[in-house]
Amino acid sequence: MSDRTEKPRSFQEIILRLQAYWAGQGCAMMQPYDMEVGAGTFHPATTLRSLGSKPWAAAYVQPSRRPTDGRYGENPNRLQHYYQYQVLIKPSPPNMQDLYLGSLRAIGIDMALHDIRFVEDDWESPTLGAWGLGWEVWCDGMEVSQFTYFQQVGGHDCAPVSGELTYGLERLAMYVLGIDHVMDMPFNDPSAPIPLTYGDVFRQTEEEYSRWNFDVANTDVLLRHFEEAEAECQATLAQEAVDPKTGKRIIMAHPAYDQCIKASHIFNLLDARGVISVTERQAYIGRVRALAKQCADAFVQTEAGGQAA
Amino acid sequence: MPDLLIELFSEEIPARMQSKAADDLRARLTEALVEAGLTYAGAAAFSTPRRLALTVQGLTGQSPTTKEERKGPRVDAPEQAIEGFLRGAGLSRDQLEIRDEKKGQVYFATITKPGRPAADIVAEELDKIIRNFPWPKSMRWGAGSLRWVRPLHSILCILTDEAGEVTVVDLDVDGIRAGNTTEGHRFMGAGGFAVTSFDDYRAKLRRAHVILEAEERAQHIWQEASNQAFASGLELVEDRGLLAEVAGLVEWPVVLMGRIDDAFLGLPPEVLQTSMKEHQKFFSVRNPKTGRIERFVTVANVETADQGATILAGNQKVLAARLSDAKFFWENDLRTVQAEGLEGMGAGLAHVTFHNKLGSQADRIARIAALAREIAPLVGADADLAEQAAKVAKADLQSAMVGEFPELQGLMGRYYAQAAGLPAEVAAACQEHYSPLGPGDAVPSAPVSVAVALADKIDTLTGFWAIDEKPTGSKDPYALRRAALGVIRLVLGNGVRLQLNCRPGPFASASDTVGARERDGHLGYCDTNDLLAFLHDRLKVHLREEGIRHDVIDACLAMPGNDDLTLLVHRARALSDFLKTDDGENLLQGFKRANNILTQAEEKDGVEYSYGADVKFAETDEERALFAALATAEPAIASALKAEDFARAMGAMAALRAPIDAFFTAVQVNAESAVIRRNRLNLLSSIRNICLQAADLTRIEG
Repeated sequence: MSDRTEKPRSFQEIILRLQAYWAGQGCAMMQPYDMEVGAGTFHPATTLRSLGSKPWAAAYVQPSRRPTDGRYGENPNRLQHYYQYQVLIKPSPPNMQDLYLGSLRAIGIDMALHDIRFVEDDWESPTLGAWGLGWEVWCDGMEVSQFTYFQQVGGHDCAPVSGELTYGLERLAMYVLGIDHVMDMPFNDPSAPIPLTYGDVFRQTEEEYSRWNFDVANTDVLLRHFEEAEAECQATLAQEAVDPKTGKRIIMAHPAYDQCIKASHIFNLLDARGVISVTERQAYIGRVRALAKQCADAFVQTEAGGQAA
Repeated sequence: MPDLLIELFSEEIPARMQSKAADDLRARLTEALVEAGLTYAGAAAFSTPRRLALTVQGLTGQSPTTKEERKGPRVDAPEQAIEGFLRGAGLSRDQLEIRDEKKGQVYFATITKPGRPAADIVAEELDKIIRNFPWPKSMRWGAGSLRWVRPLHSILCILTDEAGEVTVVDLDVDGIRAGNTTEGHRFMGAGGFAVTSFDDYRAKLRRAHVILEAEERAQHIWQEASNQAFASGLELVEDRGLLAEVAGLVEWPVVLMGRIDDAFLGLPPEVLQTSMKEHQKFFSVRNPKTGRIERFVTVANVETADQGATILAGNQKVLAARLSDAKFFWENDLRTVQAEGLEGMGAGLAHVTFHNKLGSQADRIARIAALAREIAPLVGADADLAEQAAKVAKADLQSAMVGEFPELQGLMGRYYAQAAGLPAEVAAACQEHYSPLGPGDAVPSAPVSVAVALADKIDTLTGFWAIDEKPTGSKDPYALRRAALGVIRLVLGNGVRLQLNCRPGPFASASDTVGARERDGHLGYCDTNDLLAFLHDRLKVHLREEGIRHDVIDACLAMPGNDDLTLLVHRARALSDFLKTDDGENLLQGFKRANNILTQAEEKDGVEYSYGADVKFAETDEERALFAALATAEPAIASALKAEDFARAMGAMAALRAPIDAFFTAVQVNAESAVIRRNRLNLLSSIRNICLQAADLTRIEG
């Protein structure tokens, strides 16, 4: 890729270029996970696949939800629903930094004009029982990505180590496109027959969800769903490894993990509703972490988790 | 004498770890080389974001051959013993020497360890150092098991002899083979290059846009930033910590100065400064006339064709977004304060847990307010103001600004107190009651601030003592040592006269208030004597730094009123000074002699010699002189002590030195006459009693 790549013209073009770039680097182009998650890391293609010995390379867009960040579509930078671009490569290749810089060039960031810096930022997810070391990557003083070498996930040491990249797509795109308010950003090409801005697509949903997240979501129902998801996760993992119907060894790590994701998102909603006190907060995070850990324990017993079939 | 050059090239090392890592590399490797028998003339270590480098000049090319003599078993010892000895020494029997010793013939072995080439030693030691490097946090990467702060990419390790001949040290650490090449700047360098010596390395790095010395990068940044600020009639706000950090974020510093949008200039300068520093690592540039922060300086890592215009525009945009947030917080907070007052802002503290056994922040604030009211008259503060200040001092914890920038706690309280129209003393206390935080932090002196600061810290101490959460070893999660030292510095720094552990008194009041919270039976009262002992321990550490010996402090701690720290320290300082004088030292010896004789006699006779001695039984002039001296000294010491003038009291004690010395030279205490002996022992008792009024001299060592 040359440094003189033509500038992208829309939000979706940036996504498409990242897709093309990482596909060119040999990553499997995954699709978003079909559940509500707080970040791209929750996708099983990252959380579970970073465990065990099997090599892996995947990239995908993940819609992410952070109910507390809702601002009714008014804040230029904050959204309760946004997109992350996620890349996970295991084992992390020696030229991971160069590959990453290549992706920035691919979306039109000219290294001869911009100041790219790797600034210490250790990543930790208390709900996933995961941590890693790495950086936030700055472009002209703005954080454009998170770059992490996973050391532990679900309480398991990562061996080999995965390299993980997370791009906050809206923020990155706004910078590349020179847009000040996210809602003004062209979603598709501005010269398309029906040009759409980010606001055309999402302003109304931001309003609706902000109201629902903060004031309407039924907390009794949510609390019950949390308990149910937790119980279902544990019950699923408690099943015998051998399926009595087929006689096959089938450990249900993924269905259990779905329930863990569900519990995590419900916790975020409860948090946004302001019904979780400071002391309870830690306890809830601990409960989700316990689920994540049990799912990780189960996954490493499966073939995809590196267990010999 | 070859020179050694090492470079460990990795992905970006956190700025805060670089300088210590360079020091560790130097110290560990040079120690290991010396340990292995090598010597060197000099060594220096360097760090950049991507590399640690070490040069060792004038290294010996080889370690010396060493010989070790080992005594073995006797010649007629069992075969197994002799074979064991041979195995241990690595020799055969014909290499042993037989010597005649008293007990018969004995084998001796001489083990020769040949010297090793420096390259072998370096390879072995560097391998160990890399594998065990003391990074605060390290990681694995890829499929390997090696740990480093971030992935380690290459190792440069060469020895250059006087002729300029280069030897690459033969070293392979988990597949990373040492070589003689490195690379320059990530974006401005032109690929890898080989180097032949440290000078060559440094020069080629510079051509490849890398300044090796962190200090030089820092100086360049400071100079360039100051110049740019000066050229605009402004001045750079000094920040050494930030300078060191920024110098660790760039290999080729490019200084750029930008404007802060007028819309943000109304924010308090500390808010601008903190936001710019914490989020963006910008320096602040101030207008010396107005004291306002008007511009910022950012340091890029790259030179660009547009002279940094794109970079600066980007940074400016990010800053505007950040400051919009700060402005939003500031305006929101001000609205809250104007509508509900500062107490209104802090209303939510009732729902914030301070500690589950010590209640909410609001509970805590109520305790502090009551205590501040009580302490106020003792520190010359108005009780109403002190109570009012304590009630609002922590309200800013509920402000949006402090939520975003916790380090602005206190300072925002001051601004918001001003905005709420509260008295200046109250506003100052909002900020100052946290102090002193560390050894470098000044002690507040405004009476209201002192009252609230003391109340805050004493409440914390008694509270955590009551629930038995005292510091242990290195664990002090509630920073109670700092709180104790804070109390000490507040009291001493302001000359506060206060008996902490009396009843009524601050410890007792605080303890009663905390204890009154007892609900589930798990909350006890604070053991205030134990707390005082903890404070005394911190005081000893504090005074030791002042050069006052621990036994001198012990001698003063044994006196009554030791919970009045100001009195205690006056006494300790006077005693410490006194003991450094000739009179003091000799008087101490005289006292000890008197005390020893007396103690022995009391033990032997089973009585206490505390009746007054009578001059009429004195036999010698020396004895009479001592009587006279004691008669003069006693009231002088008593009046000085009454006035708490310890220096004068000790001066009066010094007058006893000569008569006591003369007495011991001329007089035999254990006289044959029982009456005279008893009288002399009673005389010694007077010496002891008089001296012990100033301090417990029995605790002085030596």
